[in-house]
Amino acid sequence: MKQSESIAETFNRLPEMLERDPSLVHRGRMLDVDCLLGSVEQAFHVAIRAGRITDVAPAPVLMRPWTFAYRATPEAWRAYWQPMPAAGWHDLLALTKRGAATLEGDIKPFMIHLQYFKDLLALPRTGGAR
Amino acid sequence: MTGRIEPMVGRYVHVEIAGTTHRIYFEEAGTGIPLVCLHTAGSDGRQWRHLLADEEFAKDFRIIAFDLPWHGKSNPPADWDGTEYQLTTARYTETIRAFCAALDLDRPVVMGCSIGGRIVLNLAIDHAAEFRALIGLEAADFQAPWYDTGWLNRPDVHGGEVCAALVSGLVAPQSPPETRMETLWAYKQGGPGVFKGDLYFYRVDGDLRGRTKAIDTSVCPLYLLTGEYDFSCSPEDTLRTAAGIPGTAVVVMEKLGHFPMSENPEQFRRYIAPVLQAIKQQKAI
Repeated sequence: MKQSESIAETFNRLPEMLERDPSLVHRGRMLDVDCLLGSVEQAFHVAIRAGRITDVAPAPVLMRPWTFAYRATPEAWRAYWQPMPAAGWHDLLALTKRGAATLEGDIKPFMIHLQYFKDLLALPRTGGAR
Repeated sequence: MTGRIEPMVGRYVHVEIAGTTHRIYFEEAGTGIPLVCLHTAGSDGRQWRHLLADEEFAKDFRIIAFDLPWHGKSNPPADWDGTEYQLTTARYTETIRAFCAALDLDRPVVMGCSIGGRIVLNLAIDHAAEFRALIGLEAADFQAPWYDTGWLNRPDVHGGEVCAALVSGLVAPQSPPETRMETLWAYKQGGPGVFKGDLYFYRVDGDLRGRTKAIDTSVCPLYLLTGEYDFSCSPEDTLRTAAGIPGTAVVVMEKLGHFPMSENPEQFRRYIAPVLQAIKQQKAI
């Protein structure tokens, strides 16, 4: 994450960061899902098809459903995206355990592709370079 | 032979547990004070390979790591009929004591991590006089759950992938990529339902809150070491547990998570070396 960048700007850049990581796209090749990702202040409808992000749209989008939602506080995202995150702020499920994030809805696609989502949402730590 | 051969040797010992003979795989290296090492839930004794290969420790300790039944190279017992595996406090305790007895170990040190750390506390409560010292890594009397273990074993979710992905967050970000991946590989290799079955002990059957105050560290010294990045058994969980047991030596280990001995052996060595040195020098109790 660039210092000057907002949480929303970072989420908007996720597709290009993902495209720079072909191995992560490959790991998600069986994944098709519409989910809600972002901060508790501004979430995004994220469409994933065959492991690629095909659409990012700021919520709310009238009548658009989502399968699961993962939303964290802006402070949690800033901490999670540090190149070397502090203890307790370093994992998506550490954030939910400490109450800094929520995981809602039908979480089955999230659990099946858990490492994919952990790595996807950690891309801003390096700007997509791995 | 020109290849580099590591010092540990692996063998099988037949151990009677709950009236049934189990073929238990163990590796050992070194001579001296017996040091029995217990792996985490859903993994196996390979987690201890760096300790087993430590030539300095091997001068004073007979380092032994065994695979629990259903784990690593210890198969389920011959009479297993396919029913769901479930580890209990009683069964885990009996397994450790029976293994130590089968090898005729004289008051061994037991060092366990995670579920191994929890059972070490139970050994301290009920069987302290049998042990020279007890070391709990990532150990506490209880910790708050952070996921539903039902995800670990269901036909529509790949067990190896989900087990490894869940615990990947418990590895400290400073741990080297190669030892991180090796730590997770063991989780990808576990049998179906084994990690979940181990966690029955951890989550349901092994709540030691209120019982650890019975531990007498003058009978058997107790060391508790927890990695700062472990959010499953957090440093706070361990410190709270230690605060209720007078005489416990407690350390929070920096730049380590839930798998110190395997995720970053070099960093772990900095913390375990003084503990082993103190055990070596302790007077016979």
